[in-house]
Amino acid sequence: MLRRPTASRSRTPLAPLAGALGLVLLLSLLCAVALGATGLGGAQVLRLLWAGLTGGTVPARDGAAYTIVWEIRLPRVVLGAVVGAGLASVGVAVQAMVRNALADPFVLGISSGAAVGANAVILLGAFAGLGVWALSVSAFGSALAAMALVYAVARSPSGLTPLRLILTGTALAYGFEALTTVMVFGAARGEAARSAMMWLLGSLGGATWAQVPIAAVTVTLGWAWLRRRAEALNALAMGDETAAALGVRPATLRRELFLVTAAVTGTVVAVSGAIGFVGLMVPHLVRMVVGADHRRVLVLAPLAGAVLLVWADLLSRLLLAPAELPVGVVTAVVGVPAFLLLMRRGGHTFGGR
Amino acid sequence: MRLDLEGVTVEVAGARIVDDIRLAVPEGAFVGLVGPNGSGKSTLLRCAYRALRPDAGVIRLDGDDVRTMRPAAAARVLAALPQESAAEFDFTVTEVVAMGRLPHRERTARTDRDICAHAMESTGVAHLADRGFLALSGGEKQRVLIARALAQQPRVLVLDEPTNHLDIAHQLEILSLVRASGLTALAALHDLNLAAAHCDLLYVIDDGRIVATGTPAEVLRPALLADVFGVHAHPVRHPVTGTVQLLFDLLP
Repeated sequence: MLRRPTASRSRTPLAPLAGALGLVLLLSLLCAVALGATGLGGAQVLRLLWAGLTGGTVPARDGAAYTIVWEIRLPRVVLGAVVGAGLASVGVAVQAMVRNALADPFVLGISSGAAVGANAVILLGAFAGLGVWALSVSAFGSALAAMALVYAVARSPSGLTPLRLILTGTALAYGFEALTTVMVFGAARGEAARSAMMWLLGSLGGATWAQVPIAAVTVTLGWAWLRRRAEALNALAMGDETAAALGVRPATLRRELFLVTAAVTGTVVAVSGAIGFVGLMVPHLVRMVVGADHRRVLVLAPLAGAVLLVWADLLSRLLLAPAELPVGVVTAVVGVPAFLLLMRRGGHTFGGR
Repeated sequence: MRLDLEGVTVEVAGARIVDDIRLAVPEGAFVGLVGPNGSGKSTLLRCAYRALRPDAGVIRLDGDDVRTMRPAAAARVLAALPQESAAEFDFTVTEVVAMGRLPHRERTARTDRDICAHAMESTGVAHLADRGFLALSGGEKQRVLIARALAQQPRVLVLDEPTNHLDIAHQLEILSLVRASGLTALAALHDLNLAAAHCDLLYVIDDGRIVATGTPAEVLRPALLADVFGVHAHPVRHPVTGTVQLLFDLLP
């Protein structure tokens, strides 16, 4: 086989890159647990983590610190990684599904649909019977309802065409956002409006261990399915006719993708709100490094998304401590310069010449 | 492997775009489909490579109805060069060619790599391996797509106007590549002279119906061309190859 001596992005070996990024993620998780507003020492946090992992004993005076590390910081940090990984993977899938580089997990109207449900709980006290689960259940339920609506409207005799999907998703998103705005303006309580706002921009502030397993399982299953269909995604990205000629049924694949991305997005949004930027930019960042092949992109994107969101969340609670910034603001502030830098460095063609 | 289209009909919004077309591509033959713009060429070919389900009719590969085959199984024997160019994803040439391996089972990374390398050598794009597909010239793109089709290791090739937007040298080169592959081939072609020079058999399609079939010399007669294409054609013999070539005027 003819090999060119020049280094090329497509020849960057994947395994070391993924290994390195995995290590970075692990260190990021540790850093994010160790740092925080209460000013626990790094060594102390590590000791408490170790004690928790090995079932060791903790002196009584460390009880409060132990609770902070294990019940407040760790679930939040882990959930951040899961959400980041989920958003990045779904971003990759949605961009291939609608064959549009500007698409993100929220382009299908799912997040604004979820916002309607969540705000109904926050502002109107709906589903109070569900207790602490009211918010997540309502957000997930309305995300699925929004998805069903988008699907029903976007369907045509020729299946789900990319443009119809984007237009329907965008149009319905405006409708859902209007609903949310009406609820926020109609709400008497100022604090409720603030928390609705926080939720629209995304926040991991409400993270508990109870949310982690369901989010982690959904994201992992969704990712595994996408990774298995990575080659079909490549074909779909080239065009529906090419996909058909390569033995992939584009209409069926797009329907499956719609379901998988909606389930993952709905779950992620239900636990953390609509955190922007990760699902749009991480796929591009990763493509700039390893090229467009989904077999490679889908290995690195979740890792990169997780790292980005863990750090963004850490900054969101440190920058204005003890107040918190919406994490979506931080993902943008951190991500945009990194993205522009990589794009300016060149080597990657964005659509045509 | 032979390819047969039997009674293929496609209706869009009540209009018959393709009307009861019967078309046979014998084993190893290069069959050309010619016709004016909007005559139904692309639509018919899309049925052949399963991008479109005909409203009536059957597509057979060696007698087997492709509808009864699994999509991947059909893609293992029939490859296509569709006429589309998505420009959102910057795949490298190697990645584009590797997509040809998608329908195959029991693959290893090594055999895939060897097969793709061989396909790229045979279409002369090996030196472009690491280049971005989107940045290639039209001729290079078509050669890469042929390499992808060859990497599919098919026995039938369907090409939708593979010479569009190419200069004359590249047009000849692309059709020679198809010829050299030795595969059963069905191609929609715009240029009647290219069709005459490269095809064993021609089908002339007009308004969704086949209006003439035969060797280029039999089919490309002035009366038919006046009727279908609305031009006045003067057949002449190519001084070297002896094939029929046409010179054109507008009808008087």
